[in-house]
Amino acid sequence: MSSKQTDQLADMVDRADVCVVAVAECFRGDGEILANPIGTIPMIGGRLARATFEPDLCMTDGEARLIANDEAFDWPNGAVVEHFNPYRQMFSWVWNGRRHVMMGATQVDRYGNQNIAAIGSYARPKVQLLGYRGAPGNTINDTTSYWVPNHSPAVVCEAVDTVCGIGYDRAAALGPDAARFHEIRRVITNLCVLDFETSDHSMRVRSLHPGVTVEEVRAATGFDLVVPDDVPTSRLPTPEEIELIDTVIDPKGLRLKEVPNP
Amino acid sequence: MTAAKDKRCTEDEAVAELRSGMTIGFGGWGSRRKPMSVVRSILRSDLEDLTVISWGGPDVGLLCASGKVKRLVYAFVSLDSIPLEPHFRAARQSGVVEDEPYDEGMFLLGLQAAAWRVPFLPTRVGLGSDLMRDNPRLRTITSPYDDGEELVAAPALTMDAAFVHMNRADARGNAQYLGPDPYFDDLFLGAATKRFLSTERIVATEDLAKEGAPQSLLISRMLVDGVIQAPNGAHFTSCDPDYGRDEAFQKSYAASAKSPEAWAEFREAWLTLSEADYQAKLRADGGAR
Repeated sequence: MSSKQTDQLADMVDRADVCVVAVAECFRGDGEILANPIGTIPMIGGRLARATFEPDLCMTDGEARLIANDEAFDWPNGAVVEHFNPYRQMFSWVWNGRRHVMMGATQVDRYGNQNIAAIGSYARPKVQLLGYRGAPGNTINDTTSYWVPNHSPAVVCEAVDTVCGIGYDRAAALGPDAARFHEIRRVITNLCVLDFETSDHSMRVRSLHPGVTVEEVRAATGFDLVVPDDVPTSRLPTPEEIELIDTVIDPKGLRLKEVPNP
Repeated sequence: MTAAKDKRCTEDEAVAELRSGMTIGFGGWGSRRKPMSVVRSILRSDLEDLTVISWGGPDVGLLCASGKVKRLVYAFVSLDSIPLEPHFRAARQSGVVEDEPYDEGMFLLGLQAAAWRVPFLPTRVGLGSDLMRDNPRLRTITSPYDDGEELVAAPALTMDAAFVHMNRADARGNAQYLGPDPYFDDLFLGAATKRFLSTERIVATEDLAKEGAPQSLLISRMLVDGVIQAPNGAHFTSCDPDYGRDEAFQKSYAASAKSPEAWAEFREAWLTLSEADYQAKLRADGGAR
């Protein structure tokens, strides 16, 4: 396909759907584990992965159950419950190595350190956020990815103010034994897909969403990203995937509210 | 024949057992199944300098805004439908409370360690993160076995008193949750010296089985010193399936963080009343479920 054809196709595809597919791709190969995407588009993308190429994933209803439904929300025909999964059970999955979580990030830096606790000095924050939540435990025990619906230099930044989820530099400092379960797989944003597949695990542009330029991503990032010579375009949804998202997974179109078209 | 203990008491009688400076735990999770009638009783008391242990929701925010808290022990504070708790944020940003942060899993281990009467439980959680800097209580431990791994010793979160709110209980303290999640209420009671539960309804022991399956009977009377009948006692947090969260009330609570005047108004309207008057006023407003 020529680049012109790609551009034409891209014009017809919603940015939110590209993000959904990027999230789904993030869980490819995970097999029979708890895929735990947090956020609107992450929940839709995780459902898409399970409904298509990763059928053995387990997923929650956002509360205390694992359910088998393809619908991401509401379950109009009833939830199909696979397992009782109260909050305390989540830690057993995390510590048993059975989970890939996709968390949000108020800040994420070049090595994948993440902050959701506080902006400014921790001792006397300028802005107090949620707290550490489960980020330290998630990142030391299991694969973790991040969802950034508003890619900007304040979010994808040079250094986070408080390290909640640990990145590759912190993991390296712990040594190979302590960090043997650590993996920050991807950062999916409204502009692009980022990963850490570089020699020193510093953040790299993996693909650009259709219509987004390298310059645009650079301007929206607070440090120098690794940019390969030839950056591919993020995979576009297939007609079958769009049909599935539109009719089953997210018929109300909540994804379009989280990431509107540019 | 000796009669079995009857543990029934009121919120104010339970709170009269507390002293300033104590460490107090609250069950529930975020803005869900919180022992709010007990929190309201504490707000009316002279207690101060409390250390509060909680899966934080409006219990934390109300106690902070009322100047009751010396130190906060928590992994997060949230109102769920309003992600950031504004009164908690104000307390942190003005520096009026001491801060003892945990990871959620580490927090679970701390409660479990306290309930099992050991000083800590080991975990990988926390390694490499700024928690090790921000919570000076945390120490690491080297495995005594051949692996020699360095782990975090999650410290026991022992407490002077704990309060939880359950859907049903008998007068002896056997208690039941009927909602989606037990949260960690049994561990709070196991970790505390004085142990209280409030409940939507006290029923006869033989009637507990009519309400739910045996596995819904989370709390044994061995863990309970006092039982408080508190219908709508978790208001404005959720207590499924008895009632959902009162979102309109929670919004007005959150809005009261906007200014000292707004807080004074909210406080005067809702937090100076007895529990009976609070509930009567809610009913008059149509706010009670």
